Amino acid sequence: MTLNRRLFLASATAVTATLAAPAVLGQARPRVIVIGGGAGGATAARYIAKDSDGAIDVTLIEPTRQYYTCFFSNLYLGGFWEYENLGHSYGTLAAEYGINVLHDWAVGVDRDAKTVSTAGGHTLPYDRLIVAPGIDFIEGSVPGWDVSAQDVMPHAYKAGSQTQLLKHQVESMREGGTFAMVAPPNPYRCPPGPYERVSMVAHVLSQRNPTAKILVLDPKESFSKQGLFEEGWARHYSGMIERIGPDFGGDAVEVRPDSMEIVVDGEVQAVDVCNVIPAQKAGRIAELAGLTDGNWAPVTPTDMRSRLDEACFVLGDASAQGAMPKSGFSANSQAKVVANAVRADLTGSRLFPARYSNTCWSLIAPEDGVKVGASYEPGADQIESVSSFVSQVGEDADLRRRTYEESIGWYEGICADIFG
Amino acid sequence: MIQAPRVLALATLLAGAFAAPALPQAADRAEALGDPARGLALYRRDCAFCHQIGEEAQNAVGPHLNRIFDRGAGALEDFRYSAGLARMGDDGLTWTYETLDAYLANPRALVSGTRMSYRGLRDEQGRHDLIAFLRANSDQPQNIPESAPTALPRQPDLSAEVLALEGDEEYGEYLAAECTTCHQRSGADAGIPAIVGWPPQDFVVAMHAYKQGLRPHPVMQMMAGRLDDEQIAALAAYFATLGE
Ligand SMILES: Cc1cc2nc3c(=O)[nH]c(=O)nc-3n(C[C@H](O)[C@H](O)[C@H](O)COP(=O)(O)OP(=O)(O)OC[C@H]3O[C@@H](n4cnc5c(N)ncnc54)[C@H](O)[C@@H]3O)c2cc1C
Ligand code: HEC
Ligand code: HEC
Repeated sequence: MTLNRRLFLASATAVTATLAAPAVLGQARPRVIVIGGGAGGATAARYIAKDSDGAIDVTLIEPTRQYYTCFFSNLYLGGFWEYENLGHSYGTLAAEYGINVLHDWAVGVDRDAKTVSTAGGHTLPYDRLIVAPGIDFIEGSVPGWDVSAQDVMPHAYKAGSQTQLLKHQVESMREGGTFAMVAPPNPYRCPPGPYERVSMVAHVLSQRNPTAKILVLDPKESFSKQGLFEEGWARHYSGMIERIGPDFGGDAVEVRPDSMEIVVDGEVQAVDVCNVIPAQKAGRIAELAGLTDGNWAPVTPTDMRSRLDEACFVLGDASAQGAMPKSGFSANSQAKVVANAVRADLTGSRLFPARYSNTCWSLIAPEDGVKVGASYEPGADQIESVSSFVSQVGEDADLRRRTYEESIGWYEGICADIFG
Repeated sequence: MIQAPRVLALATLLAGAFAAPALPQAADRAEALGDPARGLALYRRDCAFCHQIGEEAQNAVGPHLNRIFDRGAGALEDFRYSAGLARMGDDGLTWTYETLDAYLANPRALVSGTRMSYRGLRDEQGRHDLIAFLRANSDQPQNIPESAPTALPRQPDLSAEVLALEGDEEYGEYLAAECTTCHQRSGADAGIPAIVGWPPQDFVVAMHAYKQGLRPHPVMQMMAGRLDDEQIAALAAYFATLGE
């Protein structure tokens, strides 16, 4: 994380107004701070501001001016989506919903004083704090790799320039070369994500570089939608993809960025592109705020409230909530429950029971889309799944095409829902 | 408790019949099915203008109706269907006793945007007669199941009261947040249909059609499956306001 980067104020006037407001006057409107303007945080900020009609003062702290979605970044890799269409700005949230968007890093939380401090030197008070920083990588989880190696062996698991780099590497790979992916252990963001990526890379290579190989090194015995992916790979990319599971060393891989080598089960192998997706944990600010227990931040299933502090909520990938996969859809769904609870806390508005759901689409090949989804409810200790569905092996081409078209509708829908 | 067969209850609902009729019991089902001779007369009156059936039948304004039972919706190669019916076909809608009954009762409630401009046949007995006639023109009519009685949950209480429920708009707004991850509030329609500004009753009927598995689609069946009557009414009331 670069904390000394230049900081920007999106809505300078709005922010200055809040910052300059004297403490007494500030008491007039309850204050909510949201850390992280991704799928979870931006949705929560928007729903609180929208539904409270200005009764709550909402500040969103997010360092980047343009958010690049991880969702659909694999489609960009495959050549099915434009890079520009992955980017979303915070303009509408500031202009139409009156949210104070502060482009800055949150660097500390004083939970006793109820303040958040930022790299830019602000100390901001809150009545309720929402922490939605996504993920960070666990250092040392892939021996030989750390963040300084990301320009050689990209993770592309936070979207933006990393995704562009990986696409460039795939497209300029030597003829007949090897693309290796080091897949992450559970739990990690977007369970089908690595395998959708493998499909998209295979699609590109089958067009441009058909003798190339893909090697997936996987610490997991099995993975999301495995039957659907494997059937699709056999059908569209026969012989191109090899996956090495934990029994054959997929769980103990070392990488050597300097020499572009990987070591699997003691054997050194040269590769041409190496996509390292390390093990994951909650975004670091959750830990700095003292809201984590182990790698993730535990929350109550009824409203995503931190188990460690009643005035704080953690949502999206950073939370440990139970059965929901870490996805943009889940984060967006959780955010609405949080928004309802925060409003009820601060303004006494009606509190409705929590409802959660998730659907994840994946593209295996052109017009060959699949999906998996479930609905969830709060259980006694954690969020539990109440019903689910998944695409079937052997579905006809029309249904797969429809499923792909639906995923495009979903992308447009969720982005409108997050960013206004 | 007396449970009416689901198909009759839903058809009543789809037809918008408000006088809660005494629904026949399951045992009466076979007799309640129609008479093909009366069905032919109705077919001549209501369908023949657009559809052909029988030997040498061809596509006309509407697709030919031979062997319609168990045929996939929108499945004839050489007929140009509406996007709505084609979509339902892709989703897996096939013509069974129940889906035909629902389609004939209220074509748009089962298939949004269908090009069949037929306002629907509210008379329940008339639909049974018509379907009996269509069955006689399908493969081995005696072997065609009326759809397994246990395959779908029964809904004895889908009634005029359900349709008349006053929706709680504020609750609807909260519940709608779950829908707007996919359905855009603006009414934009890109791969997922727009659901704003519908007459609330159509909305309610469409949701129950998913809930009862008449409309095929796993996502929507799951979504509707866990909504109760009040919640569906609340959603219908809220989404109706968005289109204004
Ligand atoms: C390749 C790939 C494909 C995917 N495909 C799908 C898909 O098809 N469908 C789906 O639903 N999900 C998908 N996902 C998962 C999805 O992207 C994440 O689950 C989702 O973004 C999580 O939302 P979040 O709000 O928890 O975190 P994020 O969206 O990552 O947002 C966190 C934000 O917090 C900010 N932040 C972090 N630290 C600080 C700090 N200290 N101060 C201020 N701001 C901070 C970050 O800049 C970031 O903008 C995919 C992910 C990947 C990697
Ligand atoms: C005004 C013309 C018209 C009338 C009247 C009409 N239909 Fe249709 N019908 C159509 C059209 C057009 C379609 C194709 C609809 C689409 O593509 O959405 C259709 C489709 C159908 C289908 C679906 C066929 C398939 O291949 O999926 C059935 C079943 C059907 N009609 C039955 C009937 C019956 C029974 C009647 C009489 C009660 C009737 N229709 C009256 C025009 C009509
Ligand atoms: C995960 C995405 C998703 C979510 C969430 C979702 N829907 Fe849908 N919805 C769809 C899709 C896809 C279709 C098209 C289904 C089909 O082909 O029948 C659809 C169809 C519909 C239709 C019929 C539209 C038509 O023109 O036929 C209605 C009504 C509807 N949804 C209401 C809702 C409501 C109410 C909710 C929230 C409780 C909801 N949906 C949540 C994806 C979704």
